[in-house]
Amino acid sequence: MSLARPMTDRERFALTCVGTLGFFCVWYLAAFFQFAPAKFLPMPHEVASKLVQLCGQPFAGAILPEHLLASLKRYAMGFGLAAVIGVPLGLLMGRFRWLDRVVSPVFDSLRFIAPVAWVPFAALWFGTGIGGPTLIIFAGAFPPCLINSYRGAKSVEVKYLEAAAMLGIGSYRTITEVLFPAAVPSIIAGLRIGAGLGWMSLVGAELIVANSGMGYMIVKGQSAIATDIVMAGMIAIGAVGVAIDVALRKLEARLLRHRQEN
Amino acid sequence: MSAIEFKDVCRTFRRDGKDLLILDRINLTVADKEFVAIVGPSGCGKTTCMRMAAGLEFPSTGTVSVSGKQVIEPGPDRAVVFQQFALFPWKSVHENIDFGLRAKGLPETERQKIIAHYIGLMNLKGYESAFPHQLSGGMQQRVAIARAYALDPEALLMDEPFGALDAQTRVVMQEELVKLARKNPRTVLFITHAVEEAVYLADRVVIMTSRPGKVKEILDIKSVRETENWDQHQKIEDVMDLASFVHLRSRIWKSLREEHAGDH
Repeated sequence: MSLARPMTDRERFALTCVGTLGFFCVWYLAAFFQFAPAKFLPMPHEVASKLVQLCGQPFAGAILPEHLLASLKRYAMGFGLAAVIGVPLGLLMGRFRWLDRVVSPVFDSLRFIAPVAWVPFAALWFGTGIGGPTLIIFAGAFPPCLINSYRGAKSVEVKYLEAAAMLGIGSYRTITEVLFPAAVPSIIAGLRIGAGLGWMSLVGAELIVANSGMGYMIVKGQSAIATDIVMAGMIAIGAVGVAIDVALRKLEARLLRHRQEN
Repeated sequence: MSAIEFKDVCRTFRRDGKDLLILDRINLTVADKEFVAIVGPSGCGKTTCMRMAAGLEFPSTGTVSVSGKQVIEPGPDRAVVFQQFALFPWKSVHENIDFGLRAKGLPETERQKIIAHYIGLMNLKGYESAFPHQLSGGMQQRVAIARAYALDPEALLMDEPFGALDAQTRVVMQEELVKLARKNPRTVLFITHAVEEAVYLADRVVIMTSRPGKVKEILDIKSVRETENWDQHQKIEDVMDLASFVHLRSRIWKSLREEHAGDH
C-alpha cells in the first residue's frame, strides 16, 4: 500500500467488498467440503433466512426483537451504571490524590478478574433477575470507563489548571468545566471500549443467568442443535455491537467539534 | 503602599540530589499602578519570580506579598497572562472571559457589561462566539489579556505574553498594551527577554543577573518617557528612534551582555 496517495472512496468500498465476499466464500467452502457436519455448520443463506424468520416466529419464548430488547435493557443498566459511576469517579481520582490512593489498590486488584468470573455470584445474589446480568456487564464495562476518565483527568495540561486556579475557579467547576472537557477524548475512548466489553460480557451473562435475551436464545438454540439459530443470534449480536460503536463515534465527533489544541 | 513586594526571596531547586540556587535574595517592590518589567538572561529565574507572585510557585525562603497579603495560593486578585495563552479550547471567547467573572459571583448584567467593555477595548468585537483555535495567535493573546483585565485584579502578571507571537503581531500588541496601560493604569509585573519591549512598556526595568538570579540594577524609564514625551508618538518605531530610547536600550543591552559573557 502506497503511503503517498490517499485511497479514494471507490477503492475503499471495493476493498471492503473483497473482504466481505472472501469471508462468505470461506464460509461456503467450509460448509461445502463438510468441515463440520451440515447440521453443525449451516450455509450463510440458511442463517440469513433464519434471521428473518426469527423476527416473526417466537423461539425460546419470544421473537428475536424481543430477545434483543431484553438484552438491551440489561445492557443499558449495566453499561449505564458503569459510565455513571466510572467517569465521575475517574475524574475525581485524577483531581484528588487521596481518593486515588483509596480506590486504586482495590480497583487494580479487581479489574483483572474476567467479567464471567462473577457469574456464580450473579446467580447466587440475584438469581435470574436483572441484577445478575447487570453485575456482569458492569464488571466488563466499568474498568475502561474509570481508567480512561482518570487518565484523561491526569493528563490535562497544567496550563489549564493554572489558568483555572488564577481565575479563582472552585473545585466543582474545575472538574466540570476544565477537567471534564479536557478529558472528553479519553473518556469517549473509554466508553467505547467499555461499551464493547460490556456488550461482550452481556452475552456471557445471559448464557447462564437469564430467561430471555440474545444469550439465552443462543443457549436454547444450542441445546436444540439449531445451529442456524445460534448463528443468527451471533450475527444479530455483532450487528448491534457495531451499531453501538458507530453511535458512540458520532457522539465523539459531535463533542469534539470545537476541539483543536492551540 | 506597594502592590507587589519581594522580600529576601530565595528559591532553590533540587536537581540530581543537589540544591541548585535559582534566585538569590530578591528584594523588589512594585508600586501601586506601576508597570515594572523584568529582563534577564534565560534561566535567570525571572519567570519563577512572576509565578511566585501568582502563587503558582513558592519561595524557599523570604516572602512575596501583594497588597500587603502574603501570597499563599493563586487567585483572581493576581491575574496572569501566560506565554502560551492558556485559553480553554472548549470555551468561546465570551465564555473564556466570563469564566473568572462567574467564579467571582458577579450578576449576569454586570458580567455582560464588563465583557463587552474589554471585547471592545481589545478589538475583539464580532469574535465573541469564536473558539480559540479559530483565532490567530495575536487574537488569542488579546482574549487572554481581556480575560486578565476583566478580573479587575490588584496586580497583572505577564509572563513573556508576546513571546509566542510573530514579530509584526508582537509590535501591534505592544502598542495596544501601551494604550491600555496608559488608559487603565494597573500594577503590572511584566517578564520578558526583549529589551526594547521592556523599555517601551515599563515604568521601571529590572535587570537580573544570570543564575543564580539577583537584581542587578533597576532603571527608571518613566521619568525619561515623561520628560521626552514618548507617548506623543503613536508608533513604536518612532519611539524606538528617539535618542533617549536608544540610550536606555543600549544601557540595558550592555548590562545584559556582561551576564552572557559569564556563560559558557
